Amino acid sequence: MSDVQETITRVHHEEWARVVASLTKRFGDLDIAEEAAAEAFATAVERWPEVGVPPNPGAWLTTTANRKAIDRLRRENKRDDKHKEAQMAYDEPPEPLGVIDDERLRLIFTCCHPALSMETRVALTLRMVGGLTVPEIARAFLVQETAMGQRITRAKAKIKAARIPYRVPDAEDLPQRVSGVLTVLFIVFNEGYLATGPDTDPVRHELTSEAIRLTRLIRALMPNDGEVAGLLALMLLTEARRTARVSASGELVPLDQQDRGSWDAAMVAEGHRLVRERLAAGVAPGRYQILAAINAVHTSARDVRDTDWSQVVALYGQLVRVDPSPIVELNRAIAVAELDGPEVALATVDRLSEKLDGYHAYHATRADLLRRMGQSQQARAAYDKAIELAGNTAETAYLTRRRDQLAAGPSEAS
Amino acid sequence: MQFLVSVLDDKTNSATPEEMTAITAFNERIIADGNWVFAGGLAAPSAATVVDNRGGDAIFTDGPYLESKEYVAGLWIMEAADLDAARELVTEASKACNRRLEVRPFL
Amino acid sequence: MQYLISVIDDESTANAADGSGDVDAFNERLRTDGCLVFVGGLDSPATAAVVDNRAGEAIFTDGPYLESKEYLGGVWIVEAPDLDVALKLAAQASQACDRKLEVRPFADE
Repeated sequence: MSDVQETITRVHHEEWARVVASLTKRFGDLDIAEEAAAEAFATAVERWPEVGVPPNPGAWLTTTANRKAIDRLRRENKRDDKHKEAQMAYDEPPEPLGVIDDERLRLIFTCCHPALSMETRVALTLRMVGGLTVPEIARAFLVQETAMGQRITRAKAKIKAARIPYRVPDAEDLPQRVSGVLTVLFIVFNEGYLATGPDTDPVRHELTSEAIRLTRLIRALMPNDGEVAGLLALMLLTEARRTARVSASGELVPLDQQDRGSWDAAMVAEGHRLVRERLAAGVAPGRYQILAAINAVHTSARDVRDTDWSQVVALYGQLVRVDPSPIVELNRAIAVAELDGPEVALATVDRLSEKLDGYHAYHATRADLLRRMGQSQQARAAYDKAIELAGNTAETAYLTRRRDQLAAGPSEAS
Repeated sequence: MQFLVSVLDDKTNSATPEEMTAITAFNERIIADGNWVFAGGLAAPSAATVVDNRGGDAIFTDGPYLESKEYVAGLWIMEAADLDAARELVTEASKACNRRLEVRPFL
Repeated sequence: MQYLISVIDDESTANAADGSGDVDAFNERLRTDGCLVFVGGLDSPATAAVVDNRAGEAIFTDGPYLESKEYLGGVWIVEAPDLDVALKLAAQASQACDRKLEVRPFADE
């Protein structure tokens, strides 16, 4: 890649959301903002290799995008007052930086509005804030490009017609709305981390790294929010193990068998720093902070045998109180198995059968516990069920090998 | 008694300028006659949101509660002395807006 | 900006109490705050009729234009500056009438 192309990629990452946000504010229309921003970046791709990168690329892009938006409005011969006002406002001096940062936050809250479906929020956030193209988003979620395009178009139309506000929510609504934004980012991350589909890569790095980038942005905009810090730490401590998590042959490598030396030390260190920061804050932690703390315990052990399991079990106990879901119970039982043995854990796990029967990890956990207890036949049945339900290729490969390594049960010996 | 008069269509915002003129003329007349309570064109059904706050923890769902090819694209609320008067009014309204209408009394 | 808030009824709610006191109090508050444009409960869908006078010869058909399990039971028309405010009103309305609601904007002209 040439220097200019690299610069354009970097500037796209840094400036896209800012350009879209400032145009949305000026023109009161996401569609106009998105199109004009895309045109401005296309112009940069065309012109910068010839004439060089301007001294202030962000300002150049905003000015160019503004001009494109006004061109479009003139073309469409819009005469309503808002647009006239916007045209008159064109030569105003740029706003101070703080206000513009605030606008990116508005953009995020608009894209993650609770009146939009979750899949729409995810798509819209990746497009408007992340700057991913429609084909990129469609590929990432294994959706037809036209369907993804329609989803985004419909969302923009709803935002406009129903007047979804372009603002940071009131203090009263803020915690719930921030939590909604973090859910969207966590979905993006997990879709990258636990990619589903028979022919997909087990880990889609572009989604995990995009989720981290966007969470960093929110963190910069809301530095005092504990759950934002917690989610960022959780993502970093998970992403740090990305390469160690899948073997060369494409098989999942569970935590206890990973080469800990291949974890990304810088990401682990940053994640630990964030967890320590939250501990020092002395505020009761939410879900993401507790999950991050659990991951911090795991990534602090140089060898799996050094893992402080009592700490992990205690943290899961705390998590159960914040989020009493069967999946959290399941994960707590996995930690209990290390502390009190598989029999104790299995008793807990079996109580979850009704709620988690359709969840592959439930059956994979049972299979592993039964294997450790020497119950090969029952373990085999559980592995079969887990393989049937698992959607991730690396996970299927791992479970299949584990099943095939089981000692033949007495009834199967012939 | 009051009636809800729903305009049925499979498109949004599809009235032609001639239809708009006829609708305006009709509205002016029923306002003068005291039959007009409310009139308005609706945004597309996909701009709707379903709200369920029966449990005290509001759940929002994107989109209309009912997906159908034909939907309510706008509505009138009219005041009429009786059912016959209402039928007369909606007959004229259907002609003015050039659409099928559903009429249903308020309690 | 005006929003149509439709009350969604089905078999289970058709004859259920709506905590009338709550609805009256809610309407009163809407009125005081100047947000209430219209409110009314509808007669059953069976009382509906469809009229088609496009061709100049009115045809009446008994019954609603669409038969469905869930149907419109009543409407509010409210005035709100944006969807956040409209959704807040709708959440209060849902609680007051103990039913699901749909919030749909009127076309902004």
